[in-house]
Amino acid sequence: MTLSNIVVLVKYVPDATGDRKFEADNTVDRVGVDGLLSELDEYAVEQALQLKEKRPDDEITVTALTVGPAAAEAAVRKALQMGADKAVHVQDDAIAGSDAIATSLVLAKAIEKIGVPELIIGGLASTDAGLSVVPAMLAERLGLPQVTLAAVVESQGDQVRIKRDGDSATEVVGGTLPLVLSVTDQSGEARYPSFKGIMAAKKKPLEALTLADIGVDASEVGIDAAWTKVETVTERPARTAGEIVKDEDGSGATALVEFLASKKFI
Amino acid sequence: MSEVLVLVDHVDGAVKKPTYELLAIAKRIGSPSAVFIGGADKAAAAADAVKAYGADKVYVVDDTEIKGYLVAPKAEVLEQIAAAASPAAILIPASAEGKEIAGRLAIKLSSGLITDAVDVQVNGGDIVTTQSVFAGNFTVEAKVVKGTPIIAVKPNAAAPEEAAGAGAVEQFAATISDGAKTAQIVASQPRQATGRPELTEAAIVVSGGRGTGGDFTAVEGLADALGAAVGASRAAVDSGWKPHAFQVGQTGKVVSPQLYVANGISGAIQHRAGMQTSKTIVAVNKDEEAPIFELVDFGVVGDLHSVLPAATAEIVKRKG
Repeated sequence: MTLSNIVVLVKYVPDATGDRKFEADNTVDRVGVDGLLSELDEYAVEQALQLKEKRPDDEITVTALTVGPAAAEAAVRKALQMGADKAVHVQDDAIAGSDAIATSLVLAKAIEKIGVPELIIGGLASTDAGLSVVPAMLAERLGLPQVTLAAVVESQGDQVRIKRDGDSATEVVGGTLPLVLSVTDQSGEARYPSFKGIMAAKKKPLEALTLADIGVDASEVGIDAAWTKVETVTERPARTAGEIVKDEDGSGATALVEFLASKKFI
Repeated sequence: MSEVLVLVDHVDGAVKKPTYELLAIAKRIGSPSAVFIGGADKAAAAADAVKAYGADKVYVVDDTEIKGYLVAPKAEVLEQIAAAASPAAILIPASAEGKEIAGRLAIKLSSGLITDAVDVQVNGGDIVTTQSVFAGNFTVEAKVVKGTPIIAVKPNAAAPEEAAGAGAVEQFAATISDGAKTAQIVASQPRQATGRPELTEAAIVVSGGRGTGGDFTAVEGLADALGAAVGASRAAVDSGWKPHAFQVGQTGKVVSPQLYVANGISGAIQHRAGMQTSKTIVAVNKDEEAPIFELVDFGVVGDLHSVLPAATAEIVKRKG
């Protein structure tokens, strides 16, 4: 099997340095805050581009896929500017408030619509919800193996090998295409779009799909279809200002030990 | 009383602490049933261990056929046990592997999944989970409304309770599809034992950042005096001073210990996301403007290379 198609999953997320908040219905406010391509998904785009460059004979097409509101187009635009060949944006008002289960359904159906590639690459987690479960769910829906949290990716023919920091060991994991891969921020610095890349991106195909286009019924997605329900969202009270002391001639160490002892840590 | 499945987290049969925390949570919901997927020769010892912490039943699944294959076979095992036992809930450790198993299982069972729960309580018959989101700035209470609740629980979400359960062992013969055996661990290098607690499970974490200048001696000295795990900021890891496995933050480990001591760490959002839910936070930093001081219960403006050794010596002296 050659590697002719790679789909990269990208997500539009609220800027972590901005003021992130929730809507009245307890969903993440994805409209009222500045958003961008999830930083962690840039590594996935980078990895796809590196594979394309390392395997010129395969003539790989890299497709960036996103699900989200109109503004989410910015996420796939960025991927195109970095060097992805084309983009697909699934947009439908009914999708708002979808949980990971529904999101994985939309992704799976969209991928089936555009053609299941040999390789699907995602980031380590989104910078907002940070669930890290969508790649696993997507793999399950498509009946594919998943090779996740890669710090190093190598491929040859239809074999993919990755190195990762497992929960208790450093592991080398091997798999056979087709599969779902996720990469960490250790996998290689994501490139900045060049001026040429930015100009070229304007001419690249960006396909917009609705739920009807991919054969998903509106009742299967959105907040009402969620298999989990958020009961309450509470902003964490600001930490009360702690005691700060200046170290002068060793006084800091003494004060630190006294504090730890008062909290029974010693 | 309905069974509550708990996937046993273990390394070669040695049961890890988060398993006991999950058993304590399972008791709030129903009758804890531990699921041990591992070597047949290790099963008896593992069964004894989980029984001591409240397992009424222990499903033993011999992993000879699936050892080394990733998460897909384990998800199939849980699917089949769930079909036989109709549990009230399925609790899985929220490790990287555990979350992937949970994700696959949720699709298989058409059941709702909640990940990274920091607490699980039963309220009026509902299983209500607590999650901490957006770098710990919000707390979300949620419940599963479809299928069998599948909950991936973070370490330190509950205190282990040493109270023996019935511990009835049942050998479970699972049928694993060929499709689940297509991605495989081909080599594994266990992390070098440091003699310190594991970062995500430790009650106390002492971390170092750019301010260490690459010398972690003072940080490690304090960690050992407190019986703590050692962590590092992304800056320290990127500088090559510590391996990535030590990294605390958004792209590393997310920890929630009783005490977190940040040394020479400025406290960027990426780091805060990994430690902000710690119960007590202490920082030592030369820069009094460092944002980490906004978070702390106690802070020392000073040089960690002099403050930490002096504090360590005093702690060792007090502990006698």
